[in-house]
Amino acid sequence: MSLIASVHASPLGLLLVLAVIVPLCGLAPLLLLKSRVAERAALVFLAAGLAIVCVLCFEVARSGAPLAYFLGGFKPPLGVGLRADGFSAFMLGVTAVVIVSAGLFAMTAPGADAPRMPLAFWMLLLGVWSALNLVYVADDLFALYVALELLTFAAVPLVCLDGRAKTLSAALQYLLFALFGSVLYLLGAALLYGTYGTLDIILLAQRAHGEPALLAALALMTAGMLAKAALFPLYLWLPAAHAGAPAAASAILSAVVIKAPIFLVVRFWYDIATPAQTAAVAPILAALGAGAVVLCGVFALRQARLKLLIAYSTAAQIGYLFLMFPLAAASAGAGAWGAIAWTGGALHLVSHALSKAAMFMAAGVIAETVGHDRIAQLSGIGRIVPISVFAFGLGGLSLMGLPPSGGFVAKVMLLTSAVQQGAWWIAIVILVGGLLAAGYVLRVLLPALQRPVAEVVPVPVARWREMVALALALGAVALGFVPLQPAAFLAIGRPASWEGAAP
Amino acid sequence: MSALLSTPTLFGLTGAALVAIGLYGLIVQGDAVRRILAFNILGGGIFLLFGVIARRGAGAGFGGDPVPQAMVITGIVVAFSATALAVALVRRLQALPPEAEDGDEATAGASTEREAAS
Amino acid sequence: MSLVLDSFLGVLALALALRVLLAREALAAAIGFVGLGLVLALLWVRLDAADVALTEAAIGSGVTGLVLLRTAAAAKPVAPQGVAVRGLAALIAFAVFCGLAALVLTLPEPAPSLADEAAAHLEATGLGNPVTAVLLVYRALDTLLETVVLLLALIGVWSLSADRDWAGAPPPLWRFAPTPPLVFLARILPPLGILMGLYLFWTGADTPGGAFQGGAVLAAAWLLVLLAGLRAPPAAGSRRLRALLLFGPALFLAVGALGVVFAGAFLAYPEGIAKPIILVVEAAITASIAVTLGLLVLDPPQPPGPLPVEGHSSP
Repeated sequence: MSLIASVHASPLGLLLVLAVIVPLCGLAPLLLLKSRVAERAALVFLAAGLAIVCVLCFEVARSGAPLAYFLGGFKPPLGVGLRADGFSAFMLGVTAVVIVSAGLFAMTAPGADAPRMPLAFWMLLLGVWSALNLVYVADDLFALYVALELLTFAAVPLVCLDGRAKTLSAALQYLLFALFGSVLYLLGAALLYGTYGTLDIILLAQRAHGEPALLAALALMTAGMLAKAALFPLYLWLPAAHAGAPAAASAILSAVVIKAPIFLVVRFWYDIATPAQTAAVAPILAALGAGAVVLCGVFALRQARLKLLIAYSTAAQIGYLFLMFPLAAASAGAGAWGAIAWTGGALHLVSHALSKAAMFMAAGVIAETVGHDRIAQLSGIGRIVPISVFAFGLGGLSLMGLPPSGGFVAKVMLLTSAVQQGAWWIAIVILVGGLLAAGYVLRVLLPALQRPVAEVVPVPVARWREMVALALALGAVALGFVPLQPAAFLAIGRPASWEGAAP
Repeated sequence: MSALLSTPTLFGLTGAALVAIGLYGLIVQGDAVRRILAFNILGGGIFLLFGVIARRGAGAGFGGDPVPQAMVITGIVVAFSATALAVALVRRLQALPPEAEDGDEATAGASTEREAAS
Repeated sequence: MSLVLDSFLGVLALALALRVLLAREALAAAIGFVGLGLVLALLWVRLDAADVALTEAAIGSGVTGLVLLRTAAAAKPVAPQGVAVRGLAALIAFAVFCGLAALVLTLPEPAPSLADEAAAHLEATGLGNPVTAVLLVYRALDTLLETVVLLLALIGVWSLSADRDWAGAPPPLWRFAPTPPLVFLARILPPLGILMGLYLFWTGADTPGGAFQGGAVLAAAWLLVLLAGLRAPPAAGSRRLRALLLFGPALFLAVGALGVVFAGAFLAYPEGIAKPIILVVEAAITASIAVTLGLLVLDPPQPPGPLPVEGHSSP
């Protein structure tokens, strides 16, 4: 494994620490200040976090090398290391954009008499962001465990903020699945420490040479991550949880929280495992991904409520990210086609994040306006909240994979990679998934563009909230102008196969 | 043969057995509280495995490798936090009256923001 | 001889675990769980991990057991699953056991360890307890985040109350009228508990103990007082309470930030004065942990107003 091992900390490595710590600092003013002022303070911290992530990404792009930092001055294996390569910086950037957008969407209007969201929402939001940042920069498996637990404890209460029994049950089920995943992860980490004496990812990559214990440990940890990422067949908790949360929280949960475990699965199999082991496991992951794309897509078609439809769509789209594993396996013959599969997967990840966040926000606006989200009675909604329906449509465009959109380019890249490597079944699954997505998106859009059937007295919704959703959707469309080649940024600090060069 | 009968190995097998018992409880139990109990047994077994690994790494005058021991302490605290959160959810569910199925569901999306503001 | 003792403890632990699994009522299972925790603490002592034994007894068995006992009393028995599911589950569990047992028996010899590295740096920190050194020096980020995890779990529990109720106090810990023996114990034991908790924190620098163990004992003393009704739960809106919750993580973070300036890295300690700084941080963490653990056992805050009438049997 030719990971670029960092012997020295980078001068700007402190940015890695700041990315994790600054959102947490926001908890103090939120607990100590009055509600209105506290919400403004939260927005300040969101802005600060965004600035830090921007500088971090810029620095990684400029220097072309990963950022690294050793906490307490102790190097691994005794200490904990932080590291941000191109892929990590990419995830940090996507997360920052979505979280800040969700914060803007959930903001209380300046003249309103009551806050829109409970104070707990802002505290949990900052907690989620800090945890996600740590997942993307931590280089130590136990620090990652703590990050995953922080993420779970911050995300679960977001589901049941409205206090109804249904969302409480959904939150409990989410918590139990997430704990199951954490427990499997910890078991795998125990086995790894017992075998290699370290939990640092770079050191593990150096010390491991494909022993069966490594395969068993990584399999356990991956199974845990699949439970957290709601991959088929462990997706049962996702629809109720993501649909039950308030719109801003659903946007975060579906767009970025669900991606963190997938990021870790990539790290396990491409940073620690040997290529032979990865090649053995990748087809299993792809098969589960195919099941998710097809089955959850079919379930989405049959939903009666808009938020549940979007949630099932998330479960289906997660499957695409696992389809790329066999395509991108770091085998000698993969070359450029393996690299383009990576870029396609990353592009799919970010366009899904933007479009799904936009769709959930639009669904939230629709529900607020007409008081319900039953799809059968949403005909003509396009006349009432045109901006939101337009945002929903653009987001749907990306999900369907129609040009111009990031989803289209991502699908083209994945299809090219699949066809060139002879993985015809993956190509077929991608096309079928696109058809299913078209089915459930148009199921909502076409009636929405017609004349309203029933007399509806709409509740006015602030225009700028709809604009936030539209901005995200336009972002997903703008990604459609990305060039059709492996992205150099993603390859910074990654094994050589990501650049298209044979390893 | 002596390796089989040493304390760490014995406790390693105990830990493995606790993991199996916890896993069985997790799959079979239907009630949330029993599931949480099964989780804690499962966690206890995994921590015991960590402890066996720590004991085997004894050296430099210590009875065990301090790093896995510290990890277990962190893990126990995190497991308690998880239990506390899960139990709070269960207690809140126990306290609520069972709700009607279809009626309020429809207003879920709209009322969430409004309820939160009230 | 010691092997006989260890075998007995192992069998006892498994028997208690089966008791927890197979008990018909949730309350019996929770009681068995507390017993299991204590036996596990003994196992940890046999594994030469006294710090972990203390933590398991205080937090793993004690506070977790308290939380589970409270809710188990109100749980309704659920019909067990069909034979097919149980058979399949038993098969999976057995397979997992065999796999793990095989992995345990084939762990590499000699075992890889970080004990030597930990010992090499121990003198510079001024500490005598290597576990405390790992928690607060070598892997301080994990501990810092752990205090934040506790705080966030508390926020999660509090989020179950509406915003306007956050100014109120949690309901009393137990709605029974306290019996005289309980009140007597709640007057006698807490001072001893406070002493023990402070001692555990102080001695953790050089001998087994530490912030988590000490904080848990302090929390237990507080909870005993609440249980007997000698004090009412504090108002969640109290600025002082919230400042106390934040004190530990905030001070730890501040020390970490100062480490960038004075010692070259986040969460690094300057040479020579490492131990006093560590003790100060530990003191702050102990206080915050004690308060957070106690509040995590209590329910989310209720609207300020008259407390519910006591005397009925539901907890």
